[in-house]
Amino acid sequence: MSEWWKYTISDFLLFSPRTYYRMIERYNDAVWPAQLATLAFGVVILVLLYRPALERRWIISGIIAVLWAFVAGAFLWMRYTTINWAATYFAGMFAIEVVLLARQPFRPRRDATGIIGLALFIASLTLYPLLAPLLGRGLRQSEIFGVAPDPTVLATLGLLVVAEGPPRWWTLVVPLVWCLISGATLWLMGSPEAWVLLAAPILVLGARRWRARVIAAPGDSGRT
Amino acid sequence: MAAGAAAVMLRRPPPALARAAPVTKSIPSSGEQIPVVGLGSWITFNVGDDPELRDECAAVMHAFFREGGRLIDSSPMYGSSQAVIGYGLTKLGRPATLFAADKVWISSGSRGPTQIEESRALWGVQRFDLLQVHNLLTWEDHLPTLFAMKAAGRVRYVGITTSEGRRHDEMARIMASQPIDFVQVTYNVLDREVEERILPLARERRIAVIANRPFRQGALIRQVERHKLPGWASEVGAATWPQFLLKFIVSHPAITCAIPATSRVAHVVENMNAAAGPLPDEELRHRIAAYVQAL
Repeated sequence: MSEWWKYTISDFLLFSPRTYYRMIERYNDAVWPAQLATLAFGVVILVLLYRPALERRWIISGIIAVLWAFVAGAFLWMRYTTINWAATYFAGMFAIEVVLLARQPFRPRRDATGIIGLALFIASLTLYPLLAPLLGRGLRQSEIFGVAPDPTVLATLGLLVVAEGPPRWWTLVVPLVWCLISGATLWLMGSPEAWVLLAAPILVLGARRWRARVIAAPGDSGRT
Repeated sequence: MAAGAAAVMLRRPPPALARAAPVTKSIPSSGEQIPVVGLGSWITFNVGDDPELRDECAAVMHAFFREGGRLIDSSPMYGSSQAVIGYGLTKLGRPATLFAADKVWISSGSRGPTQIEESRALWGVQRFDLLQVHNLLTWEDHLPTLFAMKAAGRVRYVGITTSEGRRHDEMARIMASQPIDFVQVTYNVLDREVEERILPLARERRIAVIANRPFRQGALIRQVERHKLPGWASEVGAATWPQFLLKFIVSHPAITCAIPATSRVAHVVENMNAAAGPLPDEELRHRIAAYVQAL
């Protein structure tokens, strides 16, 4: 479709919050107990992250890439397309990210940015699923790491911040774009989770910029 | 004046279903009468393959037809709405009174016929009554296709749409130069830009007008419902805010019908009741507009 600029963001909210969260609920029911497996994968990533034998960092890449592939196929392609025609394109974005993540080494940094990234990863695993029941939507509408896109993307951003050295910028593009897309959708639906999605890029880009400055000026201690 | 001109109803629902007699207005290009309140499907009918929500939409459609409604409007842009309408029509036994309005929304002119055929299959209708070029997208390519379909008897009316006050210059040019039957624009008590040029031009060119976003996606109702409905609302037979707002829209002499969208049976009944009874005259229209704008 051409002439995108003639549309406003509200033109692209195609469904009601009730329809969206019922879709999440029906999806959760359909893939159960995959949620237990994906959460277990999250714990495995945490363990591997801090036992960084050289070969293990590629295991993390493999796990996270597989989870993205699952979200792309099972959620975006099979489910989300039923209410959002643009989800076809989102699935394509996620497929590209699968390839990029598989080539991204993950070794943890033990500095402030590493702690920020680790906190984002753990929060995505443990706190994000609690938002649905806390906001009155019930546990069956919880969005789980490795199953639903939002916590998967947030956790991945956390991992990319944790990763030693600045993450390859092209690996960040899809997660950051997704945060904007999903954040805007949730904002239009009046869902408080929107702020989490919209704040995450600021946090990640801020950490990346801070780290780049530290790497660029390692000897600058403020003394002459 | 508008109420008087709109007083005759040409087609009634089957006697067993008849409850109210909605006010109707004529489509200028043919004289055919349609009820002044139709049913939109944007957001509300995009429920995917959720069986429970699909049944709720079918119940809304059932109430709509029961109350004398005819025109249902959709678009390929609205996700699963077309398929959900098709589901509802099948469940309701394909009501003969249906006036099926859909759109073509694709940047490639050559792929327009394919999209239209896919839409027709999703609705499960033999042909659409009205096909519109959605948001004027590639209208130069699509309008000749639609005119050819009309000439071949594969669609009865041709139209164009826009929303939220966009591209009115281009719309006016098309209205002045092309033999279209319908335009669809955003019109409500607060969004009245079309009164300046589009609506007078529609009357001059004898083009029917569908008003979309009558409640600004519900925001207008939420905005006014904090306030008491004025006592004089009963003069136009409005018992609720949505009825009050709808009566303002459909009483404009150039407006043929409004298409509020809803997923609730109670709301569709409320909307259809706004199509029954008296409509405000010019003086009352001014009073309604002034009252709402002052809130």
